Amino acid sequence: MANQVWVYIDQFKGQATPSAWEAVSAAKSVAEQLGSGITALVIGSGVESLAQQAFDVGVDEVVVCEDGSLADFRVEPYAAVFAKVLGEARPKVVIGTASTRVRDLFAYASIDLESGVIVDATGLEIKDGAIVVTRPVYAGKLLCNEVAKKGQPLLVSVRVRAFPPPQSGAGKSGSVTKVSAVLGEDQLTTKVLDYVVEEGEVSVDGAAIIVSGGRGVNGPEGFEPLRALAKVLGGAVGASRAAVDAGWIPYSHQVGQTGKVVSPDLYIACGISGAVQHQAGMRTSKVIVAINKDKDAPIFNLAKYGVVGDLFEIVPALTEEFRKRLGK
Amino acid sequence: MNIVVCVKQVPDTAAKLQVVDSHVTWGDSPLIVNPWDEYAYEEALLLKEKFGGKATAISMGPESAVEALKTCLAVGCDEAYLITDPALKGSDASATALTLAKAVQKLGDVDLVLLGKQAIDGDTGLTAAMLGRHLGWTVLTQVIKIHEIDPAAKTIKVERFMEEGRQVCSAKLPAVVSVIKGINEPRYPSFMGIRKASKATIPNWSIADLGIEASRVGASGAFVAWPEIYPMPLKETKVEWIEGGSPQEIAAKLADKLIAEKVI
Ligand SMILES: Cc1cc2nc3c(=O)[nH]c(=O)nc-3n(C[C@H](O)[C@H](O)[C@H](O)COP(=O)(O)OP(=O)(O)OC[C@H]3O[C@@H](n4cnc5c(N)ncnc54)[C@H](O)[C@@H]3O)c2cc1C
Repeated sequence: MANQVWVYIDQFKGQATPSAWEAVSAAKSVAEQLGSGITALVIGSGVESLAQQAFDVGVDEVVVCEDGSLADFRVEPYAAVFAKVLGEARPKVVIGTASTRVRDLFAYASIDLESGVIVDATGLEIKDGAIVVTRPVYAGKLLCNEVAKKGQPLLVSVRVRAFPPPQSGAGKSGSVTKVSAVLGEDQLTTKVLDYVVEEGEVSVDGAAIIVSGGRGVNGPEGFEPLRALAKVLGGAVGASRAAVDAGWIPYSHQVGQTGKVVSPDLYIACGISGAVQHQAGMRTSKVIVAINKDKDAPIFNLAKYGVVGDLFEIVPALTEEFRKRLGK
Repeated sequence: MNIVVCVKQVPDTAAKLQVVDSHVTWGDSPLIVNPWDEYAYEEALLLKEKFGGKATAISMGPESAVEALKTCLAVGCDEAYLITDPALKGSDASATALTLAKAVQKLGDVDLVLLGKQAIDGDTGLTAAMLGRHLGWTVLTQVIKIHEIDPAAKTIKVERFMEEGRQVCSAKLPAVVSVIKGINEPRYPSFMGIRKASKATIPNWSIADLGIEASRVGASGAFVAWPEIYPMPLKETKVEWIEGGSPQEIAAKLADKLIAEKVI
């Protein structure tokens, strides 16, 4: 286990999360220059099949901790395993996707490991043998290059969609090392009782296409045309804070500084003025389309394509057009 | 129930930031209480109103951060302490968490520490979990609802916001809890509250007061450094207007563009 580069595979109920493997792409971008292979760490219950998937995307070795007490993510037992395994291996870096779980895990375990954490990386580079991590700060107005000052491993989470998913079909196989859980149920202070999931809603987290609505949708029913467009495009529905605060759509849809930070391939802003706090959540989208009545709305400074018009006319027409073209 | 609220003072969300030699300034934009922390003090006040006890605000920062603490007093917190020391400059999330942990220990007899999900300057969202680990307490991040607290049995039941939905969990107190928007509607300070806060003296604590060695905090104690900060390079986007005689014509033109972009 002498690899300098490790990845942590984020999973939920035994399935790797959609962005989990992006960490492997990020790891590959530095492993070669460091002359290292990649070791993947998997922690959970019912996760043994993830080892083969890891080899398939090009990982060289896998360490698995499989235990019933790890069925739900809880930071204490996960961090105990993480800190033990990494405290022994002491690689240069561990990379994971920037999910809520990974953020907690890295933060908590870093205290035991006495090493640094850098979250939401959008770039990784080797300079003079050191790993330089680029991440947005101040709501994405600024970028920051960060480095480890002391302690090893440096724990780095990479922002969802900042790195592409790795190619599968590497056809590798390698050693799988099994490790045991560290804490028993009687040592844990937290119990997971349930999950509450909004039925039938596609989450904006990691979505490739987001159709977002603001105050301009003018009421809860104003989101219907946006939902129809999102459905045809296979995307998710986002919202500005104004729409959320008005109670038209749940908070989980809010994009922006006090909502979710998203980076889809396509972001369609409908009836959103484009306040800086909204921009903070969607600025890095690949292509931004804005539909707004007001030609001077700041959202048009960010948009690649702009339509000055009534969203209630343009959005249904777009839905119809794509329905035809995509044969739906 | 004794509750501690950790707040940070940050530049206003609409501030125009300038960077000179990796040093960030914000001109005459106001400094505000980190927006996420408003949910933390509101929750502390709601719990105090329900269970009695004390809500104490603490902040680590420069002397100007006393204003953030005054806001906490103005909305109804009972006490406030400013942790300020030249040696703290350059602290990373880890050193900050250590300092806050020592302050919580100095206060003593604390059941719950509340923080906002993240600070809008560094945007790390790491402090709560690190603080909890330093204290050896339960950590519950991204909490959108506190269902119940049983101060006698020392238990708490919350809903946490995750990518897959909301996780409902029960846990033991004492706990460190980070909160998000949706948990409550933060109140505004009353006129009386502001008057009272303006007269309050807020004690300063140095690292010596907290028994922290200088080598464990500030730039020397930090595990990470940020040698370079610079403006986000602006993507040269000049909007291309999509026009047409009818919504259908506009839709067709826009569809052509988006298909050519390969984003559909
Ligand atoms: C601390 C803080 C944090 C914040 N966090 C966030 C955040 O996370 N996310 C966020 O979004 N905001 C956030 N805000 C709020 C932000 O400042 C704006 O108030 C908000 O984004 C405005 O939402 P909006 O664009 O939907 O509404 P408005 O600014 O009112 O814009 C509505 C737009 O709709 C257009 N319109 C109206 N009718 C139509 C129609 N029929 N067809 C087409 N266009 C139409 C109008 O021309 C206008 O441009 C935050 C603010 C603060 C102070």
